[in-house]
Amino acid sequence: MIISLKDMKRGEEGVVAEITGGMGAAQRIRSMGIRIGKKIKKGESHFWRGPQTIIVDNFKVALGFGMALKIMVEVERVENK
Amino acid sequence: MSKINKILLIGNPNVGKSAVFSRLTGTRVVISNYPGTTVEFTEGYTKVNNSRPSIIDSPGTYSLKPTSKAEEVAVRMLKDGDLIINVVDATNLERNLYLTLELLEKDMPLVIALNMWDDTKHRGIEIDTRKLEKILGVPVVPTCGLTGEGIKELVSHVPKARAKKHDTLTDGERWKRIGSIIEEVQRLHHRHHTLLEKLEDLSIRPATGIPVAMVVIFCAFWVIRFVAENLIAYAADPFFEKIWAPLAMKLSAYLGPESFLHDIIIGKLTDGSVNYTASFGLFTTGFYVPFAMVLPYIISFYLVLGVLEDFGYLPRFAVLTDNFMHRIGLHGYAIIPLILGLGCNVPGALAMRILDGRREKFIAATLMAVAVPCMAQIAMIIGLVGQRGGIYVGMVFLTLFLVLIIKGLALNKFIKGKSPEILLEIPPYRIPHVSSVFKKLWMRVFSFLKEAVPYVLLGILFVNILYVLGVISFLSGIFSPIIQKVWGLPKEAIAALIVGFLRKDVAIGMLAPLNLTTKQLVVGSTVLAIYFPCIATFVVLVRELGIRDMLKSAALMIGTAIITGGLLNAVLRF
Repeated sequence: MIISLKDMKRGEEGVVAEITGGMGAAQRIRSMGIRIGKKIKKGESHFWRGPQTIIVDNFKVALGFGMALKIMVEVERVENK
Repeated sequence: MSKINKILLIGNPNVGKSAVFSRLTGTRVVISNYPGTTVEFTEGYTKVNNSRPSIIDSPGTYSLKPTSKAEEVAVRMLKDGDLIINVVDATNLERNLYLTLELLEKDMPLVIALNMWDDTKHRGIEIDTRKLEKILGVPVVPTCGLTGEGIKELVSHVPKARAKKHDTLTDGERWKRIGSIIEEVQRLHHRHHTLLEKLEDLSIRPATGIPVAMVVIFCAFWVIRFVAENLIAYAADPFFEKIWAPLAMKLSAYLGPESFLHDIIIGKLTDGSVNYTASFGLFTTGFYVPFAMVLPYIISFYLVLGVLEDFGYLPRFAVLTDNFMHRIGLHGYAIIPLILGLGCNVPGALAMRILDGRREKFIAATLMAVAVPCMAQIAMIIGLVGQRGGIYVGMVFLTLFLVLIIKGLALNKFIKGKSPEILLEIPPYRIPHVSSVFKKLWMRVFSFLKEAVPYVLLGILFVNILYVLGVISFLSGIFSPIIQKVWGLPKEAIAALIVGFLRKDVAIGMLAPLNLTTKQLVVGSTVLAIYFPCIATFVVLVRELGIRDMLKSAALMIGTAIITGGLLNAVLRF
């Protein structure tokens, strides 16, 4: 199933499916190597709509809550019906 | 092939360009473990065979489409170079190759420095450099900027480097190509988490990160105070008491107590002897302030900052404070210029280039100028206000902190737009090299000695001349309504405000001979911190913000100083 990066759980892995949002932000995210088809692992979610961290290959990135909403990730979860 | 005159160092942020630069040229530059340490280019020279080409260290960029002013600097320089040394973080080959491919499309001679090579081993990364060389068609040299490993070999490839034009690809094609390159040259081995990595997790997870941050801040302040106070008590003060004071007295006797030169060089004597905080002569206060009061704090602050920078703590602190910073119109990354501003507002102002937009820069600059006193000023406040009791020092800093919050909230509310979101790479923790920490400390202390001390002396000379010419008494008449009525200070305090344009430490020092009450001292120190940046910071801010924004910012500073000083004067009762 596809969820936003924000909704991923700590330690959960997934594959980036879509990056929406403004040209500038999306471009910056992509140039850091976070692009469609890339495997990422969720790190921390900070409270009060705080920053989210992810692990990509060997590096960590912190991104704002709004950006995390715009990155859609394919994760393997059993869907509740 | 034409002669190589200019070599550019280009690469992603925090891959060690400055460390490689420092190794190549012997030039000292500030190196830290966080993205965005270098915001301007630095030029140095190296030796290649018989020529001495210049080498340029540039700010890091992820791609050739710049997204901040610091990145623009890097991209703009491309057209001036004859050869590129592309510094690549070997532990993050995939991401780094994006910029490499973009650079290869430029048709310029290029050599790749596969930096942080020492890190690949314990991270379980194996890279076949020969194969990478063959695929890309340019030399690939494993290096370690911090230890200097591989630098000689890197240089040996410079004369032989040729351009190897690659086809221009689209974004998607580039990533696809990178994928296939990685598959061929890189192998990953499984490995266990190290202790440092566990510490990384602890310091960024909200539940544990905030307590860790508090401990770090507490320890940082404790160490800064401990080191500085001991330097003062066991080195600076004994020197000035036992060696300098007798010299000053001899000089005083030689000059004769009533002469004009005596006033300027020695200043006023108290009970026939030198009083370093009150005399205000060039040879007395002029040396005592920078060397005995400020320098110990400069040394201890930059020692602690250097360790935190090299360890890699600052970006984590930036993430933890992101939430708070959003309320005052900034994002977490902006905490780094503010922290640098605590050392000296000038590097703080320069570091604002890492921020995204005009709004954010304006807010950060205004807040720093108003509420972030530099270490020189802090040292003087601790030295002078501290004599009346630690609680009063606390009062000054608490006021400044409240000003920071209230002003930030107000600016965020009234300036149109939203604070942009954080997007920050968080480097791994690295154990700082003792030699690089001390090298950096020495650079910063040296630049304080070189740039601050002459201004301190100039400030004291300047104020003595203004007194003699009667300018001070003239201006004190004009500004007495604000100074006396609003702030409750003696009108002679105008001299401190004037000197504050030049040096804030001298300005605070000038409050000492005025025989102020404790309350006046608290109000005076706070006002001096807020009302305007020193000239050096002002000049940099004009360049970074533009004159229009800077004038607006300056008006806000003066307004804040009048209001805050007035409120303190009205509220405080002691």
